[in-house]
Amino acid sequence: MKFKVNNNEVFASTGGRPFDKKKPLIIFVHGSGLTHMTWVLQTRYFAFHGYNALAVDLPGHGLSSGESLKSIEEMADWVNDVIDAVGHKEASLVGHSQGCLVTVECTSRYPEKIKTLSLMGGAGAIPMNPELLSLAENNDPKAVDLMMDWAHGPAGHFGGHPVPGLYHINTGTMLAKSRTIQNTLGVDFRACDNYKNGFDAAKKIKCPTLSILATDDKMCPVKEGKKLASLIDGSQVDIIDNCGHMMLLEEADRVLTVLKKFITTNYPPLSS
Amino acid sequence: MSDKKKELKPNTYKFDTLSLHAGYQPHKNAGSRQVPIYQTTSYLFDDVDHAAALFNLERGGHIYSRISNPTVGVLEERVASLEGGTAALATSSGMSAIFLTIMTLCEAGDHLVVSSQLYGGTVNLFRLTLPKFGIQCTFVKPRDTEGFKKAIQKNTKGIFGELVGNPGNEIMNMPEIAKIAHDAGIPLMVDATYQTPYLCKPFEHGADIVIHSLTKWMAGHGSSMAGILVEGGKFDWMQNDKFPTMTKPYEGYHGLSFAEEFGPTAFTMKARAEGMRDFGPCLSPQNAWNVLQGIETLSVRMKKHCSNAEEMVKYLSNHESVAWVSHPSVPDHPDHELAKKLLPNGRGSMIAFGIKGGKDAGVAFINNVKLASHLANVGDTRTLVIHPASGTHSQMDEATLKFAGLSHDMIRLSVGIEDIDDIKNDFEIGFRAARKPRLVSNQ
Ligand SMILES: Cc1ncc(COP(=O)(O)O)c(C=O)c1O
Repeated sequence: MKFKVNNNEVFASTGGRPFDKKKPLIIFVHGSGLTHMTWVLQTRYFAFHGYNALAVDLPGHGLSSGESLKSIEEMADWVNDVIDAVGHKEASLVGHSQGCLVTVECTSRYPEKIKTLSLMGGAGAIPMNPELLSLAENNDPKAVDLMMDWAHGPAGHFGGHPVPGLYHINTGTMLAKSRTIQNTLGVDFRACDNYKNGFDAAKKIKCPTLSILATDDKMCPVKEGKKLASLIDGSQVDIIDNCGHMMLLEEADRVLTVLKKFITTNYPPLSS
Repeated sequence: MSDKKKELKPNTYKFDTLSLHAGYQPHKNAGSRQVPIYQTTSYLFDDVDHAAALFNLERGGHIYSRISNPTVGVLEERVASLEGGTAALATSSGMSAIFLTIMTLCEAGDHLVVSSQLYGGTVNLFRLTLPKFGIQCTFVKPRDTEGFKKAIQKNTKGIFGELVGNPGNEIMNMPEIAKIAHDAGIPLMVDATYQTPYLCKPFEHGADIVIHSLTKWMAGHGSSMAGILVEGGKFDWMQNDKFPTMTKPYEGYHGLSFAEEFGPTAFTMKARAEGMRDFGPCLSPQNAWNVLQGIETLSVRMKKHCSNAEEMVKYLSNHESVAWVSHPSVPDHPDHELAKKLLPNGRGSMIAFGIKGGKDAGVAFINNVKLASHLANVGDTRTLVIHPASGTHSQMDEATLKFAGLSHDMIRLSVGIEDIDDIKNDFEIGFRAARKPRLVSNQ
């Protein structure tokens, strides 16, 4: 669906079900240079099971208009604005990669609104390789190729997509190249690199929190994810073997099973 | 030098490695090194919730082998990876891949612009069968780039062609024609059966959908029928209102908007969810496995196909019984330069040549060669010959034959990977027989 935030049109997938104000809201926030489509194997399930599952395209990304936001803090405020814009008072947040920085920051800023937080491939800080950052800022498609290489685990490099017929690396590549690289990936990488508040923000989080990490994640290694989780009171950690940073696609089923249990327990759906 | 910082390079697998490994993870298949053949029709659901989730495309997975099968799935991913595509859907034959592509794209009242030099079966589909479904086509000669533009109408939903026309070897200017298609907001579909991704990756030249008859070079062994459609993932279905069944909540699939939900894989998702459900031309797991065996050696075979073809071009060009030779490697071939650009790894192994003495000589040649097989196929590892005017295109009348770029003296040769001297020796037998009726009739 489309709606306005700060006068810019925002696109969010509703997982194949119409938006329904009565249902609790889950907002899914994608990673650097990506779009709502990375969440397709999680959102549709929640949408069909008593939730509004809103996989947003950040400004300037995917089907959303406007310019990309330049800092994680601005993105965090923007996620809060999304909750207001769709007429809800509260939400659960789910983030991937950069989306974890955004949702951690958002939860620490608006603790009364955020009911649960789920982090996939998260870390307290995501310092960027300077060469990769420079490639992305210079609109070099090699930045996407490098990201796709590092973002998939050894297993994902062979393929084996959960949806028959889809090929991981090329699908991810096309998503990341769907808009101008320097305006999406370039801006996002810089925002990640600049963001220093993750650990402090984590300490303020009081809502139930889940971290899903993967053993072959090169971008946000398990060690970093655990460090972040250790700062959040009572946070749960689930570690997936044989999987890379794109766990939400590489091991979509496992991620969904863990996420489903966590969210339905801590933020129940509208029963039909 | 040694302290110079190492340049970052993506380490994703390359073509030859993907040919052997893409789409398959042994650790999820009992450690089986070879791809298992999942000879099954259907798959257990964990519970009712799981069943519903699979039907709603909430989760990935298999339901019923008409829709998808794990062995077939490996083949689909493998070809997608080799083409540089986002997704693929394998079918029971090349023809069903073409039909499914068109049926996913078009509805009654739509129009297509189509290259006139196509495999005979495809010509029939576009000329006679699709109009029965209310889909009209305008044929344009493959070299007439402007003609493609002129033929586009308001209701045109795509351009379709074979990169190197069959059997006249006319090459369509894919980058230019892709631009024409994209300026009109429609996709370019390319049947790249003759090239395989080893010779050309059409997505790199602007194609949006690539189709293969896997029956041919991809498999190579000539044992199995199979086809596939591959999606490039770049085409923006939402840029206009031409494709409502892709972009609007679609009644045909529970109100799903394929483009919104699946973006770069939307076309394949729709072709599978709707097309396989309603038409059902599924590939058998055994045939998928057979094709996979062929793809493992694709680049090795294609190199030999191409080097043998170039040898045969030289041999035929200098032969007293040959009137003309058509192959993109021949310097005076009208598309010689374009072929260099689009087919840098080799110009393919399809040769057309004219035999002196016309139709009778052609028939005598075909009837007398011993090693080359006379049959209605191309792209076997064995050398194949046919005389189109009396074989593949025999249903065509004189005028259509000419429009398709054919002549009565034309022999179509699909060069195999046998020892080159054996192929030449065999052709000598054929040419000797072909000269005889001419000598007789000349007296
Ligand atoms: C270029 C081309 N496309 C499609 C086909 C049809 O493929 P199949 O025979 O696998 O149905 C053929 C068959 O000869 C072909 O040569």
